[in-house]
Amino acid sequence: MTHPCITFSDLTLGYDSHPAVHHLDGVVETGTLLAVVGGNGSGKSTLMKAIVGMLRPMGGYCTVSPGTRIAYLPQQSELDRSFPAQVRELVALGLWPKRGLLGRHRPEDKELVGKALMAVGLTGFEKRPIDTLSGGQFQRALFARVLVQDADLILLDEPFNAIDTKTVTDLVTLIQRWHGEGRTVLVVVHDLDLVREIFPEALLLAQRPVVWGDAREALSAENLLRARQFQESWDEAAPWCEPQDDVERAARSADLPGSGRSDSVVGRTQRGVA
Amino acid sequence: MMGGIGDFLIAPFLEFVFMQRALLGALMLSFSAAPVGVFLMLRRMSLTGDAMAHAILPGAAAGFLLFGLELVPMTLGGLVAGVVVALGAGAVSRLTVQKEDASMAAFYLISLAVGVVMVSMRGSSIDLMHVLFGTVLALNHDALTLIALVTGTTLITLAIFRRALIAECLDPLFLRSVSKLGSPVHFVFLGLVVINLVAGFQALGTLLSVGLMILPAAAARFWTQRVETMCVLAIGFGVVSSVSGLLLSYHAALPSGPAIILSAGLLYAVSVIAGTRGVLLTRLPRTSHRTA
Repeated sequence: MTHPCITFSDLTLGYDSHPAVHHLDGVVETGTLLAVVGGNGSGKSTLMKAIVGMLRPMGGYCTVSPGTRIAYLPQQSELDRSFPAQVRELVALGLWPKRGLLGRHRPEDKELVGKALMAVGLTGFEKRPIDTLSGGQFQRALFARVLVQDADLILLDEPFNAIDTKTVTDLVTLIQRWHGEGRTVLVVVHDLDLVREIFPEALLLAQRPVVWGDAREALSAENLLRARQFQESWDEAAPWCEPQDDVERAARSADLPGSGRSDSVVGRTQRGVA
Repeated sequence: MMGGIGDFLIAPFLEFVFMQRALLGALMLSFSAAPVGVFLMLRRMSLTGDAMAHAILPGAAAGFLLFGLELVPMTLGGLVAGVVVALGAGAVSRLTVQKEDASMAAFYLISLAVGVVMVSMRGSSIDLMHVLFGTVLALNHDALTLIALVTGTTLITLAIFRRALIAECLDPLFLRSVSKLGSPVHFVFLGLVVINLVAGFQALGTLLSVGLMILPAAAARFWTQRVETMCVLAIGFGVVSSVSGLLLSYHAALPSGPAIILSAGLLYAVSVIAGTRGVLLTRLPRTSHRTA
């Protein structure tokens, strides 16, 4: 008995008719800790945006199981760090799903914010203006907000960029804690050693799914080389993607190794071809 | 001597009904427009306020052309024109690659040109002066009622949407990820800007009504790091500007609208220099620092 959290079905995402993620099929089971890996421009952030619902698919669909509470930490935040807010106010934004527009913040909410700040090592920073935080402290504060959000599905887009090793270690501990609590966590990561060490499962993207499965197997030298060959293939005058390409895609999907889920991936694609 | 100062500060308001009305109108506007200005500034949309002030001109002018200097048609006209420009510019920026600064500029420039053409069709530059610069000393009962309605609506709306407005300023992507309120709250806010400008233009004219919105807010930014305190301070600055501007206008025989805005401008200048986050205190060489 499986509980799909996210289902991709022949999902194609992109901008101006050029795909950034091409024909992705698969299921992310509830409770999965998945690393999304790939070079710059391989479609990782695009995929995250589609899962949150901020980007409409060009083809196929991406469904998140109904009632799932999502927390999303984008790579390029539009957060205004010059805004006159204190750390506790930034973290308390995470109460939105619980309290909404009008719900009064209760004493236990304040306690929750305090606990979250403690968990990320920012106790005592409650009243600090956010424009005085360092990059690492700021990232910790954003993780505290995710903690407060208490989400079922957590999407982190390159959360370790420009973050020192101590902070990375602390934040990874939090991610493992979320995984342990049965939450579904997708993390875009560039540090392949970190992926092999921490993540049970990885999806390697190169504007199309290269491989999806056990992290150590997925990140083999051979797969990484394949990903690099696919990469940077943007062509202004690229031909339109025709249905017969599906045959080729089915063959490619059949390569997807990994856990039990990939059987269903292949099955789905073959049905699509038939 | 106290009597002299009392005469100077209080007598004009005791003696003349038109001064009392002007004061009441300007005070209500301060309570309403100044906190709207704080959010406008925090959203880096201060110039949008200016653009919107121009945008309501053709509507007011149309009302004026058709019915003369009447409150209701000019107000309704201004409201319609403001909403059209706000929705149009907002829609272009949300549906196309163009950012809101560019679409807003395009819409308000067209709107302003239409307005000036319409006013010139009717007649004299005095009429244009009235629409552009208002007549705070000629506020009648209807105008005061309108301003009171707008003030009430604004304060209630701000109280309801406060959390969403702050979230939209601070982290718009976050708000979009947890709520569908992001876009609606933006338009609700633009609506507040429009109704405040429409309320203000009776007293201050289209050009100056944005002054009472932006200048107190911009001044308050130099004194505090808290949004709520900033709103309260901005209201306070608006109140002080209104009183001192009207007195200046009375004693020096200056046009009242510009006098109020000049007072607000003076408060802004003082805040830039002497505010706790102003030029002087942030540039002073520090002689001591904490250990951690």
